Formats: sequence, structure tokens, C-alpha cells
Amino acid sequence: MATPESRPPVYRHRLPTRLWHWLNALTIFILLMSGLMIFNAHPHLYWGRYGANFDASWLGIGPTPQGGGELRIYQTHIPTTGVLGHWKDQQGHVQTRAFPYWATIPAHYSLAGARRWHFLFAWVLILGGTAYFVTSLVNRHFARDIAPTREELKPRHLWADIKDHARLRLPTGDAAGRYNPLQKLAYISVIFVLIPLMILTGLTMSPSFNATFPQLLTLFGGRQSARSIHFICAMALLAFIVIHLLMVILAGPINEIRSMITGWFRIPPEKQRHG
Amino acid sequence: MADAFSRRTALTVGGGLLLGGCDKVASTRPAQRAFLGAESLTYRVNRLITPRDALAPEFTGADVSPIFRSNGTSRPGSPDYAQLLGNNFADWRLHVGGLVHRPLAISLDQLKALPQRTQITRHDCVEGWSAIGRWTGPVLAPILRFAGLSDAARYIVFHCYDDFGGTSYYESIDLVDAFHPQTILAWALNGQALPVQNGAPLRLRVERQLGYKQAKYLRGIEAVASLDQVGGGKGGYWEDVADYAWFAGI
Repeated sequence: MATPESRPPVYRHRLPTRLWHWLNALTIFILLMSGLMIFNAHPHLYWGRYGANFDASWLGIGPTPQGGGELRIYQTHIPTTGVLGHWKDQQGHVQTRAFPYWATIPAHYSLAGARRWHFLFAWVLILGGTAYFVTSLVNRHFARDIAPTREELKPRHLWADIKDHARLRLPTGDAAGRYNPLQKLAYISVIFVLIPLMILTGLTMSPSFNATFPQLLTLFGGRQSARSIHFICAMALLAFIVIHLLMVILAGPINEIRSMITGWFRIPPEKQRHG
Repeated sequence: MADAFSRRTALTVGGGLLLGGCDKVASTRPAQRAFLGAESLTYRVNRLITPRDALAPEFTGADVSPIFRSNGTSRPGSPDYAQLLGNNFADWRLHVGGLVHRPLAISLDQLKALPQRTQITRHDCVEGWSAIGRWTGPVLAPILRFAGLSDAARYIVFHCYDDFGGTSYYESIDLVDAFHPQTILAWALNGQALPVQNGAPLRLRVERQLGYKQAKYLRGIEAVASLDQVGGGKGGYWEDVADYAWFAGI
């Protein structure tokens, strides 16, 4: 029997998964940052069919009369001076746009420029995502790797996985070679819920697509609701990315990143668990 | 400490390169081609999947925005316009010309005598906000048919009275939108004569596109074969000065 240290690497990620991962990483990054610039053009969110300056918004980001910046969600005012609504640009000048230059594409204010990036990469997201989706159905990536087993969905099993994550105790040995239940649920949320919602709410904001497929307006409760949901899902994706990167770092960044580039993953040796 | 500092510096520099990178890339020829390619793809796919006469959603009186905000120019500054406004637009004429067999000069009263359409539709600004209003005016298609487009005509250009630093506003649409049943020349908003801030005496409503296509303060309509000779060649004021997409369906 091989010692843990000498275990041969396992082939963990197939080529379509790796290609889509990196293409999608670039795509989401550009969509997110150009989206924040588009938000800067009108940094208020509404519910319903219409919403403009004289209507009540549920979220707003901007400068305060006191000379700072704030994020307002309903009646809660969160000071964000230095980051949102009041920040210094590369030349040291105070700007009062919602999101700062380092979070937006382009870095300088340009709604037209942001829209160009956003709609170019929206096509990349749709075409790349469709190719990945079809491939993953055909090569059974979804069925074999992503779909949780009945056993994994049992509350006892999920609770154990939550506790392991909370203690930052990551899987080792054979278990590290496959996705764990919380990981599977996170990927399912992104692939089957968040990204489709981003695309659908994005299309719902298009006046021409409203004529093509008005049912989407009914589904999301109006264009301004769709815009709000688009923003909320973008923030949820951002949260996923932060946690995803954190888990990569905790699980061993070199091994993890190598596996997403070459496909080969070195199984971390089984740890002695203390009773 | 030194280690943490250098790592932070590296991150900042790296991030800066990445950010600056995107902005530098945007101005290169391949990036420009990709942007225009994506815009053209969006336009073609839209025309492919959307029936010619598919209607923009219409709403009920209960959905109308309490205040229909103004954007862009709220009062054209030219003496011409002031004179027309002073006379309540009695001397105003809509000139229909270009590639037409019968050039026209139509008064406001004549426009009001044509078959009218009233529609409660949503106005979507490119910035992200929306306002719903009730628009009334003659449908554009019969006016174009009466003027008689020549076979070479491909686009309809709208010339306006609002002035942006010496340039009059202009916009253009293709013939699919020009002959769409909801494309009207509105002289009334919410049952009142169109207010000056919303484009008096007449503005275009092309309901499947964004706000900057809804040309206000109309003075003339011109049928053209190509957009090359219109303004800077991209078909509209914002398209020419700021690279906004000519097809503003999204």
C-alpha cells in the first residue's frame, strides 16, 4: 500500500470544466465591475414597474449633506466614507459617485464604455455558459460531480459538513478528491440559480426584449424590480467569489489552482483525527 | 511587517495594472471591433427573435409615474425655439424630407387631425431609471407612406431643436421601428400638451428602445439611405459624441 505522501495525483477537472472556469472567471469579473459602473449612472434601486428620482427607492448610495458617503437600505444609513459615495480618485480628487474607480470598468466615469464591456461579455457569458451546460450534461459532470447524493442531503450529513466548515476542517484523503455537500450546494446555487437569474433579469431590463418576451416582466414584477434583483444576485455572486477564493486559500492554493489549470490534483494525506 | 507591506504593494500594483489594463485594452482596434461586433450581434439577434410588430408592454392609468422627470435638455435655448414657443407653436412645422417623393411641412393642427394613438408605456433611460407615461400622437407609418419613401431609403433621421454646445440633437431608427405600430410622434403627455421639459411641441416615441432614441423638440424627419452622412456617421448625437450604441434595445 502506498504511503499517503506518495499517492499519485488524481485527474480531478476535465478540460471543459477548466476552460469554462477561467473564461467565466474573466467574464464575471468584467461583468461585475462594468455593472458597478452602470449602477453609478443612477445609484438608486426601486421595486415595481417604474422608478426615477422622484420615486421612493429602497437602496441608494451617494454623498451625504455632511460631506461623507453612505449606503442606504430602506431607512438604515450605513456610513461608507472613503469607499462608497465619497472617495478619492487616482489624482486625489474627491468623487461622489457610488462605486470607486478601483471597483469599476472603466476606472473613469463612462456609462457608454461600461455598457460596451457589459454587453460584449454578456454574450461571452451566454455562449460560454451554454457550451459548458451542454457539455456537462453530456459528459455527466453535473450528474457525477455536482448533484448531491441522497446520503449527502440528509440533515445529519449536512450538519456535520457545516460543522467541519465552521472549524475550517477541510476534507483530506479520498474525500478531498470530490466536492463536499456544501460545496456542491454552492456550485448548484451559482450555476442553476444565480447565473440564470442574472441573465434573465438582465434581459428583463431590455425594452426590446420586453416586446419579445413580456412574460419575464410579470415573473420579476416589473423592470425596476428586475434591476433590483439583478443587483442583489450580483452581490450574491460577489459573496460566492470571496468565499470561493477563501476556501481555495485554506485548502492549499497551489494544489487547487494547479488542478484547475492542469486537471491534476494531489490528494492531501489523511490526517490523524483526535477523538 | 515588511513582508505584509510588500505583498500589499504588489496587490495594489497588480490590481492597478489589471484595472488600467482594461481601460487601455478598450481603446485598441481589436477591442473596438469586438464591441461593435457585439452591438451588431445584439441588433441582429433582436431582429431575428422579435416579430416585426411585437408590441412593447402597455400599462394602465394606475401604473403612470406620479412625476415624469425630464432629462437632457429641459428648454432649448435658441431664439428660433423661443419664438415658436412664444406663439404657442402656431408657426412650427414638421418638415419631412430626404429620400421621399413628396416632401411635407406639417403643422401641429394637421398632425392632430391624423389618426391618433394613445399608449401608456415605460420610458427607460440608459442610466437605469424608468418612468411610465400616457403618450398621444399620430402614428409615424402613415405619414411616411404619404410622403412616399424612395426605394433607397433605409433609415429615418430625426432633427431636433435642442442644442448641445452648438450641435442640434439628432437620432435615427431603421424602417422596422419607423413602421412599428407603436412608433408615434407624441404631442401630449398624460392628457396634456407635451410640456417644454419633455419635448414640446412634438417628440418621437419608439417604444422598444431606450430614452436617448426618443428625440424631443422635433423639427424635421429625413429619410436616408445610410447613416454615414448623418452627424459623425454613427446615427445619433450620443452615438457620435460618447459611443453609445445605435441600437438601444438593451
